[in-house]
Amino acid sequence: MMKLVLDNEERMVRDSAELFLTDTAGPSLLREVRDSGNPLGYAEPLWQQMIDLGWPGILVPEEFDGLGFSQVAMGQIMEQAGMSLASSPLFSTAVLGATALTFAGNQQQKTEFLPKIAAGDLTFALAVDETARHNADHIRTVANKTDQGYSLTGSKCFVVNGQSADMLIVAARTSGSDTDKNGISLFIIASESAGIESVTTSMMDSRPVATIHLKNVHADESQRLGALDQGGATLAHLLTVANVHLTAELLGISGECFKRTLAYLKDRKQFGVAIGSFQALQHRAALLWVEIELCKSGVIKALRALDAEDKDAALLASAIKVKACKTAELATNEAIQMHGGIGMTDAFDVGFFIKRARVAQMLFGDCRYHLNKFAEYSGY
Amino acid sequence: MQDDTAFRQETRTWLAANCPASMRSYMPVGETCSGGRHFQFISDDQKVWMQRMAERGWTAPTWPTEYGGGGLTKQHAKILHDELNAITARSPLTSMGLSMIGPALLEFGSEELKQQHLPAIVRGDIRWCQGYSEPNAGSDLAGLQAKAEDRGDHFIVNGQKVWTTYADKADWMFCLVRTDLNSAKHSGISLVLFDMTTPGVSARPILLISGSSPFCETFLDDVRVEKNQVVGDINAGWSIAKYLLTHEREMIGGIGSTTAQKTVGARAIDAVGLREGRLADEILRGEVADWEIDFMSHQLTTERVRDESTSSSLGNASAMLKLYGTELNKRRCELLLALEGLDAMRWDESSEARLWLRSKGNSIEGGTSEIQLNIIAKRILGLG
Repeated sequence: MMKLVLDNEERMVRDSAELFLTDTAGPSLLREVRDSGNPLGYAEPLWQQMIDLGWPGILVPEEFDGLGFSQVAMGQIMEQAGMSLASSPLFSTAVLGATALTFAGNQQQKTEFLPKIAAGDLTFALAVDETARHNADHIRTVANKTDQGYSLTGSKCFVVNGQSADMLIVAARTSGSDTDKNGISLFIIASESAGIESVTTSMMDSRPVATIHLKNVHADESQRLGALDQGGATLAHLLTVANVHLTAELLGISGECFKRTLAYLKDRKQFGVAIGSFQALQHRAALLWVEIELCKSGVIKALRALDAEDKDAALLASAIKVKACKTAELATNEAIQMHGGIGMTDAFDVGFFIKRARVAQMLFGDCRYHLNKFAEYSGY
Repeated sequence: MQDDTAFRQETRTWLAANCPASMRSYMPVGETCSGGRHFQFISDDQKVWMQRMAERGWTAPTWPTEYGGGGLTKQHAKILHDELNAITARSPLTSMGLSMIGPALLEFGSEELKQQHLPAIVRGDIRWCQGYSEPNAGSDLAGLQAKAEDRGDHFIVNGQKVWTTYADKADWMFCLVRTDLNSAKHSGISLVLFDMTTPGVSARPILLISGSSPFCETFLDDVRVEKNQVVGDINAGWSIAKYLLTHEREMIGGIGSTTAQKTVGARAIDAVGLREGRLADEILRGEVADWEIDFMSHQLTTERVRDESTSSSLGNASAMLKLYGTELNKRRCELLLALEGLDAMRWDESSEARLWLRSKGNSIEGGTSEIQLNIIAKRILGLG
């Protein structure tokens, strides 16, 4: 039976991720990336060390040179990445890229790409969104059939790591109208391909994203990922996995904000006593702690559901995205309020957490989007 | 030990053969099986179901078999729980004996007390009530004043208890009394057991806003309590009281309930209907989904805390589960009231309004929500 506690392997991954990221990443590193105007949005040495640790291959099966660990294990890294605000191509490559290929790739695609992902030789980005508010059913980018394969035309926005990734996974319409659930196909496209123009957009979390314009971009049959017109199911699975890992990151952000706030409540003195001795603040801190504990249970449940290929994984993912978004909103807002004026200053780190939280909340559907999805899955 | 799959299969087969059909449905209000000397079963099925489960010790699945329990591991108890839920089986027996004094006796009771009381609890023969709160000891429970005078081989107890759940229907009481008037507030308290038919014990039901009277005022006038009915050591009752409070919090927080309920989502569909596959009231739809997600989160947290815990008590985590569970139940009742509209506000026996009114007490009884927040802040977060 699925236990909602970590097994030994998962605990080991968590402990080593905590040790490494606490040491190596942290808000100060992200601040450095931001202030240096680094166009990648991440520190290359950090990514290199993640590669040395084998993290890009966590979800890659062993037969393709990966570690073949569980989603729960990957989730532990994502949570620690949230706590330490570690910015890297890990999510887009090791979660999205590896999952897309493992789930929908044919033998040749797996053999070609998965070992390179595991080795850190190739980075990926998922180009799906075409609107500022996520709507997976709305795909206007087209892939028209040609004699040699396909010709892709359209625009994708807010592509995470899109400005730096070697490869793009592009969702395009091969039949049907703009909002049909069917008729979507996925393509693996090199980001250097002719006809691609990538425009970098700065974001408040210091992690730039790309708007990617495709104009008559050629793709061979061999670049199609999964069956023709049936990409919707793969996309849905990818988004489920993506959202579950975002909830792990959000949980990490919430937990870290809480930890810092609690320490401040014990440390900061006003009226001659620690402000944490005031019941008004004690109760707010206790309520926040409870919300984070509840969120924690949902995250591990959803990660376990991914590993078990649970038929309710999508419902669980939406449920916990709602919970994680609300918890992160509360935790980051309370962190600023309870820190008082210093929480509003750029010199203080809490700002980095709230900015990243809101982007991660909105990415692939915020709590409103997923509340609606949850209701749909529940039959009402 | 038997493996999980075999146990699940055997359990399923046994339940299929032994759970009466009428016990496989959502339990309406007021049909809880509480057991006890004077309990009126609603049907033969209800009685048979309790007895069959009790014979296997499955009214108390994890208690040792030597005291009549099921002797199941946590894992097997969870499987049993799942299998009961899968057929929407009603809880065969719900009592304060099972959820409160039983676990306390297992932890702190003498062998004599265990032998005397536990099997009767498992069988549903004896119904218990709790003598905790007093008119001047509510949130400040340790301020209780009921006093027990030492008379050699027994005590004579005098005082008044209040909010005693079903004292008028219970057979025995576990009761906090002051056995040392001179020591500090938390010392000098003992936990004693006595039969409600002992001379000097009288209970008067309190009519609540819901129109029902689940609680009583209980008067104790020169009540004789034998010394062998003290749980644990004399004057060391407060730590047992705190242990019991965690069990009370788990119970009120809706934890450990084996009663399946129709989901709020399903009730919403019945009440307002679907339009193109969506609840016809969009605002309500969002509120229902939001509640369901919080409910799921609470259930998963109960499961996780159990998985993490190495003992039968959830300890301080019960403060969180009680706090959240009761606030959730209040929200649930508000939602159900909204779903049923004015129908819910008709004043008859099965009125939704009665449950809704009753739920207001959830965040008061067993320690208010504010007391739970204090516990979390002080004991878990270390805020002084």
